[in-house]
Amino acid sequence: MTVATVPAPPAGTGKNPAPRSGRAARARRNLTSPWASVVALGIGLIWSVPTLGLFVTSFRARKDISQTGWWDALKPQNWGQFSLNNYQTVLSGGGTSDLSDYFINSVVMTLPAVVIPIFLALLAAYAFAWIPFRGSNILFVGLFALQVVPIQVAMVPLLRSYVDMGLNASFWVLWLSHAMFGLPLATFLLHNFMKDIPRSLVEAARVDGAGHVTIFFKVIAPLMVPAVASFAIFQFLWVWNDLLVALAFGGNTPDLAPITARLADMAGSLGDRWHVLSAGAFVAMIVPVAVFLALQRYFVRGLLAGSVKG
Amino acid sequence: MGSWDSLLLHPTTVGGKLLLMVIAIAVFALVMAVVLALADRLGRFPGWVTALVFLFPVLGLVCFGLIYPALVTIKNSFFDATSDKFVGFANFATVLTGSEFLITLRNTLAWVLLVPLLATGIGLVYAVLVDRARVERFAKTLIFMPMAISMVGASLIWKFVYNDRVGILSRCYVTVAGWFGNEDAQAPHWLMNAPWNTFFLMVIMIWIQAGFAMTVLSASIKAIPDDIVEAGRLDGLTGVKMFRYVTVPMIRPSLVVVMTTVAMTALKAFDIVRTMQGGHFHASVVANDFYTWSFNNHDAGIGGALAVLLFVIVVPVIAYNVNQLKKAEDIR
Repeated sequence: MTVATVPAPPAGTGKNPAPRSGRAARARRNLTSPWASVVALGIGLIWSVPTLGLFVTSFRARKDISQTGWWDALKPQNWGQFSLNNYQTVLSGGGTSDLSDYFINSVVMTLPAVVIPIFLALLAAYAFAWIPFRGSNILFVGLFALQVVPIQVAMVPLLRSYVDMGLNASFWVLWLSHAMFGLPLATFLLHNFMKDIPRSLVEAARVDGAGHVTIFFKVIAPLMVPAVASFAIFQFLWVWNDLLVALAFGGNTPDLAPITARLADMAGSLGDRWHVLSAGAFVAMIVPVAVFLALQRYFVRGLLAGSVKG
Repeated sequence: MGSWDSLLLHPTTVGGKLLLMVIAIAVFALVMAVVLALADRLGRFPGWVTALVFLFPVLGLVCFGLIYPALVTIKNSFFDATSDKFVGFANFATVLTGSEFLITLRNTLAWVLLVPLLATGIGLVYAVLVDRARVERFAKTLIFMPMAISMVGASLIWKFVYNDRVGILSRCYVTVAGWFGNEDAQAPHWLMNAPWNTFFLMVIMIWIQAGFAMTVLSASIKAIPDDIVEAGRLDGLTGVKMFRYVTVPMIRPSLVVVMTTVAMTALKAFDIVRTMQGGHFHASVVANDFYTWSFNNHDAGIGGALAVLLFVIVVPVIAYNVNQLKKAEDIR
């Protein structure tokens, strides 16, 4: 549990820049030959080919997609074939190919499913980090261990409970489920960051007569922004991209189903609608990829904190 | 009833949905405010009372959503399809002796073992290759990107790789066969011929997870102290030997963590199999069977047994992880 997977660099290096520009650094630089970079870029390009294929496809006409490979469209004489029609079909609506309803559903499903566990886990992390009580450690480890339980184990009885409560086939079910499945990781991550806040800060506030509310909002909350951001990205990607919870709890109605469920459905019952599907897939990808690229720094920090487990 | 229902439970318009979303967030903000206000008034009580107030929302939801349902699932796995009659181990017997099941189990084990090994291997080599190179950031983003894409999206992307006619892999196969003089070669049906179809499905997961492995391992490589690298250098280590005797041993704990995390993702995921080809042609995995039995066939008994099996497969992975981390601590 306490193993630092990614040990911090030794404290000295920051103060003393000399070794960095010294022989060790040169030795390291020598390890990265231009050939290594070429090989790496080669692998990177191969990695991007599949995505490029779908991207090119999304601009092609229905009949072209099923008749020739997407690489065909890259030949200069075929450049005229590209058009935005598929995107128009997907976004403007028009009967069965309309994905905009599902896109809205994804947004409505995702935001509370990200915010709710953050609210609740902040409270729990505060208690674990700053209120000493008997059994605190055991409770924390128990909560952490729940991360490994496959959510499949909980799904069927949970669905029954929702039906009994009259909540089934509503957004509440999706929000609550995603929040509950995210809580163990949220509490774990936020607690890891929270316990590193200097004790003296909290003690000083206590001596000044601050209660839990003041300490929570004035001292803790401002320092927790990076940790909250990193969990938020995790949860955002997980919820936006999820298929299992959406299918099991949401059904496949335009009132509720997110865009992943719709795409999976269309991919299964696919006739000649690749043109809509490829454009739709790209619309569905734009949001997570944009969020991801913009907040990459926090995401990586979260990965590193999250990997300190065992 | 009607208007309340459409406001709070089943909105059908865009505006209604957005309003409900705001209401939901407000409700939980209120929960948080109540907890904090309550905690401040409990100053005279012992610590555990205050702690309990703070922990109540999380513990309550976790009990309702994870612990209680998991126990019910375990119970269900010993009952019949509608959970009315106790049947002992009959569900497990049905599952384990089914003609398809051994194949499903073999596939699942392949996913749990091969995906982490290959994804971590590729991620590690890549992290070493780009370390401190001038193109590091750009090269990393290329590999990293698939992580942001849903598995459903990834499956759609890969349909244009594996498709018989318009898939680029099929095209490459035909072209290469042409070079060797086989002019009218047909590309194989990548996703239909067992057992290789499972491998081609795993490639998609590896494509997604290699970026995760690369990121974590790259950070660990950068954290190796300079003097250790220099010591290796003075001993005459270069290139591959440096990698083998310095880099890999130094980042061993991270390697274990990455492999375990990827293994668990691979075990639980069914999106790829389901979207690519529905688990037919002997390519199903336990997680996919679970979904089919629970939600298509509505058999809580068999579904429960499969979920319990899924959990049983996780246990050795966790045990191995904990064991390795303990070893790493002892060495230190």
